[in-house]
Amino acid sequence: MLEVFTAAFWEQYGALLWEETLNTLVMVGVSTVFAYLLGLPLGILLILTGEHGIRPHKRFNQVVGWIINVGRSLPFIILMIVLMDFTKLIVGTKIGVKGAIVPLVISAAPFIARMVESSLSEVDAGVVEAAQSMGASTFQIIWKVYLPEARPSLILGASISMITILSYTAIAGAVGAGGLGNLAIRYGYNRKVDSMLFITVILLIVLVQIIQSVFSRVSAHTDKRLK
Amino acid sequence: MSESIIRVRHLTKTFGEGEHSLDALRGINLDVQEGEIYGIIGLSGAGKSTLVRCLNLLERPTQGSVVVNGQEMTALSEKELRKARRSVTMIFQSFNLLMQRTCLANVCFPMEISGVPRAKAKQRALELLEIVGLESKADAYPVQLSGGQCQRVAIARALATDPKVLLCDEATSALDPTTTASILALLKELNQKLGVTVVVITHQMSVIEEICGRVAILDNGSIVEEGLVTDIFSNPKTDAARRLVYPNGVPETIVAAHGSRTVRVAFNGGTAYQPLIASLAIDCGVKVNILGADTRNIDGKAFGTMLLGLPEDPNEAAKALSYIRSQPQITAEEVENDA
Repeated sequence: MLEVFTAAFWEQYGALLWEETLNTLVMVGVSTVFAYLLGLPLGILLILTGEHGIRPHKRFNQVVGWIINVGRSLPFIILMIVLMDFTKLIVGTKIGVKGAIVPLVISAAPFIARMVESSLSEVDAGVVEAAQSMGASTFQIIWKVYLPEARPSLILGASISMITILSYTAIAGAVGAGGLGNLAIRYGYNRKVDSMLFITVILLIVLVQIIQSVFSRVSAHTDKRLK
Repeated sequence: MSESIIRVRHLTKTFGEGEHSLDALRGINLDVQEGEIYGIIGLSGAGKSTLVRCLNLLERPTQGSVVVNGQEMTALSEKELRKARRSVTMIFQSFNLLMQRTCLANVCFPMEISGVPRAKAKQRALELLEIVGLESKADAYPVQLSGGQCQRVAIARALATDPKVLLCDEATSALDPTTTASILALLKELNQKLGVTVVVITHQMSVIEEICGRVAILDNGSIVEEGLVTDIFSNPKTDAARRLVYPNGVPETIVAAHGSRTVRVAFNGGTAYQPLIASLAIDCGVKVNILGADTRNIDGKAFGTMLLGLPEDPNEAAKALSYIRSQPQITAEEVENDA
């Protein structure tokens, strides 16, 4: 395991580690963006149509909630296999970084929808009512009340979502996607290069720590309730 | 002082359906005149909050008519209703400020959503903050303010769209008595200066007493008594009204036993109450009986009410009454003995 600290190890694997770290970051970054494009509106819809929402609609809320629950009940690895043909249709390949992004997005979106729902539900109902009493439209309430008021919580939620996606990329790595997870399986497990397993674990830990501390800081910095 | 700015007829609000349904309001009729300060008082659960929310249609009435500022609110389309709400604004018990916005941005908010150009909105917001005495807090966030300051910002925000009516839903219930008095004074001032009609919803009789001209007593979804505050105070006719005027139980037995003229004295934050009785004896040589009292002494200021039995002698009684009435921050109403 001490091999990690030798020049020979880095000469052999350094470039590969760098490349796959970047692949992981690309998968996490791109998937998070697209998953939010799906999950954020879904979360907003859940809040608006919920029992105490400003546009209550029981049936719609139940259907959306049910779909989200189905999405969340499938383990990522199963979803990845189930979605393979769909993935090929969308990005033209089932494997690699590109191939992983589609199932990552589909898998994370329902999770993000619930995260967003939970963040928005923290917004004081009285503030929403006040906005209504001033004649704000539904769109204005979303854009000027819900999202800005829940901003610190949404940012914290984003860090949790991102870290969840990061752990999914490691699973995706096991079935052909690139990234650090793939390195861990290919070298660490299949070829018994222990130091490779060790260094990927270290890199994943570092990534998680960075993501969490950056988002926590940004969240605290933007929260005007903490002044 | 002749036109009804709010006219409610046969207003009913039922929550839920079937056997679980709850009649929150049962056939409310209400007229609020332009430019007055009108009180709606009731104990919790009486339907006050529902009633005030039916005035700007935050709650849609099950039945009945709500005419505000000449518009039948229940007939408006959603878009028209949003526009109408700019002239019937509201302040709340918990202030409901946007916590992530500065005070200035909070006051700008209603203008922002009604499409007032940014620069103009900002200028108007600064004027409004000055009116409520908080121009120095323009860039502060709500979390940095006290409760009373938050409510002042909320008032400035509610005035931003030049409303005809300001609805106050338990606006002082979360505030201490001194702050309450200052907020009430501000509301009164705004009412006089800007001519905005104020509807005050509260469970505190002292609030009504302080600023309202007329009052409606809401009990179990119905208005059981309505009229001039002075009339209701001196002679509450219904149980609900008596419960509110004498929150700690009606000392009716004492009043009846006393037999002579009885006066109800309300302390609205003046000097403490003990000296009143003493100075009454010293200055006028009149002795009164304290029949009952519900007073609190906060920061050396007296709040609450006291029931005094006046002397049998009509001259002495009149002397005592005029003396009490001449005191600052004290109101006195004679109570009619039914017995």
